[in-house]
Amino acid sequence: MLSRTADHLYWMARYIERAENLARMLDVNNRMQLLPQSEREVERLWRETLDSVGVLDSYYASHENRVVPSEVVHFMALDRKNPGSIYSCLRAARENAHAVRGTLTSELWETINATWLELRGYDISQMGADELDAFFEWVKLRSHQFRGVSFATMMRDEANCFLRLGTFIERADNTARILDVKYNFIAEAPRRDDAGEYYQWSALLHSVSAFEIYRKAYRDQITPARVAELLVLRNDMPRSLAYCTSEMTAFLETVANQRSKETQRRSGELAASLRYGRIDDVLETGLHQYLTRFIVRINDIGNRIASDFLLPVTA
Amino acid sequence: MATITETNPVPTNARFFDEMNTASGDVRAHYNGYVSWFDGMSPERMTRKRQEADALFHRSGITFAVYGDEAGAERLIPFDVIPRVIPALEWRALADGLRQRVKALNAFIHDIYHDQEILKAGRVPAEQVLSNAQYRPEMQGVDVPNNIYAAIAGVDIVRAGAGEFYVLEDNLRVPSGVSYMIENRKMMMRLFPELFAKNRVAPVEHYPDLLLDTLRAVAPKGVLDPTVVVLTPGSFNSAYFEHAFLAQQMGVELVEGQDLFVRDEQVFMRTTQGPQRVDVIYRRIDDDFLDPLAFRPDSMLGVPGLLSAYRAGNVTLSNAIGTGVADDKSIYPYVGEMVRFYLGEEPILNNVPTYMLRKPDDLAYALDHLSELVVKEVHGAGGYGMLVGPASTKAQIEDFRLRILASPEKYIAQPTLSLSTCPTFVDAGIAPRHIDLRPFVLSGNDVRFVPGGLTRVALKEGSLVVNSSQGGGTKDTWVLEE
Repeated sequence: MLSRTADHLYWMARYIERAENLARMLDVNNRMQLLPQSEREVERLWRETLDSVGVLDSYYASHENRVVPSEVVHFMALDRKNPGSIYSCLRAARENAHAVRGTLTSELWETINATWLELRGYDISQMGADELDAFFEWVKLRSHQFRGVSFATMMRDEANCFLRLGTFIERADNTARILDVKYNFIAEAPRRDDAGEYYQWSALLHSVSAFEIYRKAYRDQITPARVAELLVLRNDMPRSLAYCTSEMTAFLETVANQRSKETQRRSGELAASLRYGRIDDVLETGLHQYLTRFIVRINDIGNRIASDFLLPVTA
Repeated sequence: MATITETNPVPTNARFFDEMNTASGDVRAHYNGYVSWFDGMSPERMTRKRQEADALFHRSGITFAVYGDEAGAERLIPFDVIPRVIPALEWRALADGLRQRVKALNAFIHDIYHDQEILKAGRVPAEQVLSNAQYRPEMQGVDVPNNIYAAIAGVDIVRAGAGEFYVLEDNLRVPSGVSYMIENRKMMMRLFPELFAKNRVAPVEHYPDLLLDTLRAVAPKGVLDPTVVVLTPGSFNSAYFEHAFLAQQMGVELVEGQDLFVRDEQVFMRTTQGPQRVDVIYRRIDDDFLDPLAFRPDSMLGVPGLLSAYRAGNVTLSNAIGTGVADDKSIYPYVGEMVRFYLGEEPILNNVPTYMLRKPDDLAYALDHLSELVVKEVHGAGGYGMLVGPASTKAQIEDFRLRILASPEKYIAQPTLSLSTCPTFVDAGIAPRHIDLRPFVLSGNDVRFVPGGLTRVALKEGSLVVNSSQGGGTKDTWVLEE
């Protein structure tokens, strides 16, 4: 297929996945800040969230260096000028879809187009905190719908592979970032009672749709090590790093071309290290350090996918 | 309830030919089926169906971009649910005329880029052709497969006076609108399936099949299984929906200039599996932007070196480069001569009488009668830059007069035709509105088309301008089978 088409499909899927994960992250923050804690702690939560997706500086620039939770939420969810907001992600997804609408099934195109038309209908300035909850729920639902419709209607061809590649590489990156910022936050928070800690961990699990999975998988109380294991190493957890990288590797193999050997090798190596890794080793290195390295490696694979498949081959 | 004929009393003076109603207020025979169905519809259901159509078009993004509007603005083309119906007999005569006309036009283009017999015979003034901005000297002596230059033609036809058909213009460059023809039919079948069970409406949805067949027929010689692509200027082009639609329906790649490159006078597209050879390009980009090395150097849309590959015969461009000279408004008056010269036949379709303002007599006449005439720019298109005398104010006419005087050779004038009308939903109910018809004529191994075409309707009362860029709408077009 055309390199440019593959590029649009890949980014369309990435932007939808990113919008969903932003919604998850903001949703869990909203829950976390309901717990009794100091104002400074709440501020730290939001500052680290901004930092984790790389928009702290641009937020400061437009908000006089002040972290105000409601403004941060607005900035990350609906600010049209913030290229990293949910609003901008869904717009970018729609633009990418529009550029290859002929490659999408009409059901899939209509799903994305309808999402965009509905988003434009939201009165952004008027949205209160209670409506934000519903908004995040809506973003997640739309993302589910996108995946469902593409799964159910698209041919299993190259187009499908690049779309899935985009989904899994973005999800791997986002899960790593969410886990990193929240894990740190909870670990470094002042010691509190068991109940408080329970809510913190369960909010994190909820944010990646892993609360029920955790219960099923461990049938035991929530501990930091198990949370990390679930989100990093479990092969049967669809948002874990292990799962995402193994899917990525499989789709890469399907679309392989003469230039992509090294990319496949790196992806396979990363997937294997997660598949056979042990959580004790990870925690010994330090989770933060481990995740930072993971994000670097996943970005490297992303860049290699771009140069192997998506950027125009020169004559 | 009121019937469609009662809500739409046709003026007895019948200034305009109405497609549905006769001057005495009777329903024409070919509309009987539709009108009896309509009379049984409740107005509420009709309103609901019209809203449904809007919502469906919006959700599926069947829109067009408007130039000069805020960046990227997309609009729906208003769709009217009352079809334009053409009886089989009328269509057959039209089809014969179209086939003849397009054959003659292709013969003309071939001739002026080769031996120029028609110019030597003095049947078309040579300077009108050779000094025309649309004449491409690069094409002299270049042979194209099957001698087909305009594989896809969109011939605009209107009905005037007592109901006779006229050709308004021959669009031989990148005529658009065929996707709306197909989508309109799909929409009508979805909204009112019972209508199609009762009326024998000729199908149009197989157009993309015919198009693909046509494009494969004009592939370079010796290519057995040609790779066809659709070349679009990109997703911000006003007709992007159509480009994507046709590529998808034909199952071929939709490419932009940046996706193609030329090596050793051959065209390739950049794919995830490396370069792939391209044989036929259905291009929806104007000549000027095709190749920055040959034409406009600032074009970001084209493919450097494309012209050299084309001239070497290694790729087919459809339509060919240089067809614009034949659909130019200054050449239009000579199409009848082309039919006589190349085919030895009398033209079946009428031309509108045309005053060429570069001729002093014609100019003098036109300046005296501006309030009655339609004046068009020779190179204009899309309803931009024209004067409709009877619908203009004194000031507009005077303003246009100055523009004509400044460069009369840029204009032609035609009598204002009393375009036929068709009942149409408007704010106040149903009223007659002026319409035209654009059939799409395909020339490959032979001339083919789907029955009918795109009917455009001027939604403003009294307006004669049907272009979508000027607020026109569309209707489903039915050719009734016998």
